Amino acid sequence: MAKVIEGLYYAESHEYVRVEGEFGYIGITDYAQDQLGDVVYVDMPEVDDEVTAGEEFGAVESVKAASDLFSPVSGTVVEVNEALEDAPELINQDAFENWIIKVRLSDPSELDALMSAQAYEATCE
Amino acid sequence: MNNVYYGKLIFELSQPGRVGYSLPKSAFEGYSLDDLSAESRRGAEVELPECDELTVARHYTNMSNNNFGVDTGFYPLGSCTMKYNPKINEEVAALPGFNIHPATPAALSQGALRLYDEVQKTLSEIAGLSRFTLNPYAGAHGELTGLMVIRTYHQQRGDTQRTKIIVPDSAHGTNPASAAVCGLQIVQVKSTPRGTVDVEDLKPLLGPDVAGMMMTNPNTLGIFETEIPEIARLVHECGGLMYYDGANLNPMLGVCRPGDMGFDVMHINLHKTFSTPHGGGGPGSGPVGVRQGLEHCLPNPQVVYNEETHLYELRTDEHSLGYVSGWLGNYAIIIRAYAYLLSLGRENIAMAGKLSVLNANYIKESLKDYFNLPIDGLCKHEFVFDGLREEYAGDHHASDHVTTLDVAKRLLDYGYHAPTIYFPLLFHEAMMIEPTETESRDTLDAFIAVMQQIAEEAKANPQMLKTAPHNTPIRRLDDVKAVKEPKFTYRSLQA
Amino acid sequence: MYKYFPHTPDDIQQMLAVAGVASLDDLYAEIPDELKLHRQLNIPSEKSEMEVRQIIETMAADNKRLVCLAGAGVYDHYSPSLVSYLAARSEFSTSYTPYQAEISQGTLQYIFEYQTMMAELTGLDVSNASMYDGTTATAEAMMMCVAAAKKRNRVLISSTFASNVLNVVRTYAGYHGVDLVEVPAKDGVMDREAALALVAQDNVAGLIVAQPNRYGLIEDFTGLAEACHAHKALLAVNTMASALGVLKSPGEWGADIACGDAQSLGIPMSYGGPYIGYLCTTNALIRKMPGRLVGATTDAEGRRAFVLTMQAREQHIRREKATSNICTAQGVMCFYVACYLSLMGKRGLREVNEQSYAAAHYLHDALVGSGRAEDVFPGVAFLNEFTVRIPGARQVREKALALGYLLGVETEGMDDCLTIACTEKTGKQEIDDLLSNL
Repeated sequence: MAKVIEGLYYAESHEYVRVEGEFGYIGITDYAQDQLGDVVYVDMPEVDDEVTAGEEFGAVESVKAASDLFSPVSGTVVEVNEALEDAPELINQDAFENWIIKVRLSDPSELDALMSAQAYEATCE
Repeated sequence: MNNVYYGKLIFELSQPGRVGYSLPKSAFEGYSLDDLSAESRRGAEVELPECDELTVARHYTNMSNNNFGVDTGFYPLGSCTMKYNPKINEEVAALPGFNIHPATPAALSQGALRLYDEVQKTLSEIAGLSRFTLNPYAGAHGELTGLMVIRTYHQQRGDTQRTKIIVPDSAHGTNPASAAVCGLQIVQVKSTPRGTVDVEDLKPLLGPDVAGMMMTNPNTLGIFETEIPEIARLVHECGGLMYYDGANLNPMLGVCRPGDMGFDVMHINLHKTFSTPHGGGGPGSGPVGVRQGLEHCLPNPQVVYNEETHLYELRTDEHSLGYVSGWLGNYAIIIRAYAYLLSLGRENIAMAGKLSVLNANYIKESLKDYFNLPIDGLCKHEFVFDGLREEYAGDHHASDHVTTLDVAKRLLDYGYHAPTIYFPLLFHEAMMIEPTETESRDTLDAFIAVMQQIAEEAKANPQMLKTAPHNTPIRRLDDVKAVKEPKFTYRSLQA
Repeated sequence: MYKYFPHTPDDIQQMLAVAGVASLDDLYAEIPDELKLHRQLNIPSEKSEMEVRQIIETMAADNKRLVCLAGAGVYDHYSPSLVSYLAARSEFSTSYTPYQAEISQGTLQYIFEYQTMMAELTGLDVSNASMYDGTTATAEAMMMCVAAAKKRNRVLISSTFASNVLNVVRTYAGYHGVDLVEVPAKDGVMDREAALALVAQDNVAGLIVAQPNRYGLIEDFTGLAEACHAHKALLAVNTMASALGVLKSPGEWGADIACGDAQSLGIPMSYGGPYIGYLCTTNALIRKMPGRLVGATTDAEGRRAFVLTMQAREQHIRREKATSNICTAQGVMCFYVACYLSLMGKRGLREVNEQSYAAAHYLHDALVGSGRAEDVFPGVAFLNEFTVRIPGARQVREKALALGYLLGVETEGMDDCLTIACTEKTGKQEIDDLLSNL
C-alpha cells in the first residue's frame, strides 16, 4: 500500500504540500510515484516563477507516461530540488523526502481547500 | 527475419581510405570550393563512414534480417491496418517518368497531374465528399490540414469565437495534438461503457464556441458509432463541423461513406487503407477531403482540370487555408495508392472492408474465452482485449501476474508481430488486434492457436512469459536506461 | 476470388459461423440502413496487373524528362544504385514504426545511423527522425522556439527563404498563434541590422535563417547566435543538406536548432515527395524537440541495442500537451540518407559539392560572360545555385524547355530573373549545347 504522511496537505491530483512557516514544499505523493513507475525526468520551473493553485507548474516523466504537476497552492518559487535533475529516481525512493519545489505561500488560506492525509488516503482506494 | 543478432553500426565498419561511390571526372576546370571565404566554409571535418560498396550492401542486408515486416509474417497491429503492400505499386512508383523536378511546368507534367486528379476523384467517391487535396504528407498532417479547413471556414463566415474542438476520450493521441498545433482548445467527450460517444455528455459541451468535433467511425475500439446521425445533427445545429479521422476507414470501404454519415471534412491514410507500405513509420500520405462548399478552403495549390484548354493546371485560391507542403505532397506514395485503386476496382473494393471485418470477428470470437473482452458483440476491422483472463494471468497483485506486455513479447517468440498494446487508454491492459483482409484463415488459425498456447503458458509458467522474448535477435530492452543515460549518436556512445 | 484476398467460399462460410452471423452483410447489421451505400462505388473497374502497369506507364510517358537545372530546395543529385535497391527490401519497407524493438533492430539501427550523420553534419548534439520535408521541419522549428521560450510567441524568419518554405511557415504560424515577423532582405541577403534590432526588443522566441538562401546566395550569420542568446532567443539555421558537407555548420554558427530538407542526400525528386525534413538540436532542448528519437541501450543479456526513446514528449502519450502532432517516423527516407552517406562518405560528399559548385559557376560565368545575363547580386558568393537577370527570362526558359532543359525557376518577386541550379549530374557538354542553341 502506498504511504501517506500525517500533517501534510494533499491535492486530488496527487501533489502534497508540507508547510514550514511561510514556505510550502511541494511534491508528488507516494501513490503517484507508484502509479507512474520509474521516474526518468522532472520538468521544474525556475526560481522566482509564480505558481497558481490548481495550475500546472511542471511535469514528471516515466518511460511510457508523463504527468503534469499542478500546484496545490499559489506563491513564488524560492527553490527547486536540483538533486532531481541528475537523480529523478529519488522520487521513487522517497516521494515525501524528495520534494520538487519550495514556494513562498501567497495565500495560506488556500490550504483549507486541500485534503488531510486521511481524506487523501480514502481517494486512493 | 532471422534470430541472429547483427548489431554493428556502419561507423564500426569504416576504414580510412575506402570509398563506396564513383563519379565522372569533373570537366569544369578552374573552379574550387577553396575559392569560398574561410568564414563561410566548414571548420570541422565531417566524420562520415568510409566503406566499400559490398560492406554497405552486406551491412544493411544483415540489418534487414533483424527486421519484421508484413512480408515476414502476420502483423495484427491495431489501428495501423498492416495489409499486404502489392509489388506492382512499387514498380510503377519507380518509373523514371515520375522522377521529375516538382517545378516542371504543368504543361510538361500532364501525366503526373492527371494521376493526382484521378486519385483525388476516386477518393471523393469512396468518401462521399466533393473534393480532396493530396498535399498533406501523413495522417497527422491530414488532421492538422482538416482542422485548418474548419477554422478557415468559420473565420470566413466572420465567426471568430469558435476555438474549441470536441474529441472523444478514446481518440488517437494525434487528434488532440493536431488540434493543439492548430491553435484549438480540446474538450473531451466521455465514452459510454460500450465505448461509443456518450451523447448525453456531448450535449452540454456544444455551444457557439465549438468549431467542430473529431471522430473516427468505427471508433478506436472497432465499434461502429450508430448514433452518428444524431451526433452530426447536434454538432451541425450548434454551428460546428464534423471531422472524420480516416484511420479506421478500411472496414467502411464501399459499404458506408463518411460523407453520408454526416461528416464535412476528413483525412485518409493512404498507408493504411490503400496499401502503400508503412516504411518503418513513414513516409505516409494523408489526403484531406471536404464536402461541397468547402473546396475553396483546401490548401494551395490544387490540381484542376481546365475544361477549355483540356489541360491540368495548378491553381491557387486566395480563400484557401494556405500552404501545408512544399509541393504536391508525397507524390510517389500517391502513385502506389493509384495502382491499388485500379487493381481493386469497383468490383473488389467493398470486399476488402468486409473481409477485414470477418477476420477481426473470427479472432475475437475464437479467443474471448482466454482474454477479457470488455465490449462484446460485433466489431468492425479491429477489437480490443483487456488482457488475459484472470484464470490465466494470475492474481492481479502477484509479482508474476502476466500482463499484456508479457503476452506481446511472447508472441514475438512465435514469429508474430504483437498487437497494439496499452492503447486505447480506456483499459489498463489493452491489446488491440487488427488482422486486415489480406490474411488467410490458415494464418488466423495459427495465430489463434498460439494465443491460446500463450494463455496456457501464462498459467503453467508465468516466469517464462515475464522474461520473453527468448528467440528474438535480442532480449527485452532497458527502456529506463535509454532515457536516463541518453545516447542518440555514435559519438555519444563512444564518449 | 481476388489476388489480395485469400478467403475461399468455404473459409467465409465457416468463419461467418464462428462470428455468429449468416452473411458478410450481416457483419454490418448494426449500421442504420440509411447510412449504407446500397450500390457499387462509381470508380474505375478492376484492372489486371498488366493493365495497371500500362495505364500508369502511359501517364509517366506524358511527363517530359528534362535536363534538370532547377533547384528551389529540390536538387537532381546522383544516388548510387545500391541505395534504392536496399531501400526496397520489404523487411524495411513493410514494417511499421519500430515499437517492438526486439524484432525491429534493422529499422532502429539505420535510424540511429541517420541521427548520428545528421548530428555530425549540422554540428549539433541530436537529430530526430520524423519530419516530412524541409518546409514543415522549418515550421516545427518555429513552434519549438515558441515552446522553449514559454511566454514569448514572436518568431523572426528571414525573408530570403524560398517562397514555399515561407508559405508553409506562415500557414502554421497563423493557426498556431505565432507572431511571425519576416526580416527584410538587403542586397539579396537577410538585413542583419534589422534582425539584430528586432532581437534586441527582448520579446523574440527565435530567429530562423536560410543557407544558401532563395537566390542561392551564401549568407553570413556572424554575431546572430550571440545576439539571440543575449536576449533569450533561439537561433535556427536552415541549410540545404548536401551543402552541410562543406559550408559552415549550424553548430559552428552557434545555432540551437538546425532544420531543412535532406532530399539532396540521395533521395529521388519524385515530383515533390516523399522527402525527409531534418531537425537537430542541442542536448538542452531535447525535451522540446518534436518527433521520434532512437536511443542506444542494452538488452537483458547486456548487448547493445536500439529503441525508441524519450516518448513522453510525443502525441500518443502527451496528447494535446505533446511537442508536436508528429506521429511519422520517416523510416525509409532516413534509410535513403544513411545509405547514401555510407557510400559517399566524407570524400564523396565533398566531391559532390565540388562538382556542383564547379558546374554552377561555369554556367553562371558563361551566361554572364557572354552578356546573355547579368548578375543580380554581384560579389555575393554562391554554391550550386544562383540568380541572374536575363532579358525576356520567361521566353528564354520556354525556349530551354523546348530544347529539353529545365532552366531554373522564375525568381519570385523579381522581373526577368531565373534562379538556376547545377549538380554533379550537370555535364559540360549539356551546358555548352544549351548555350549554343538558346
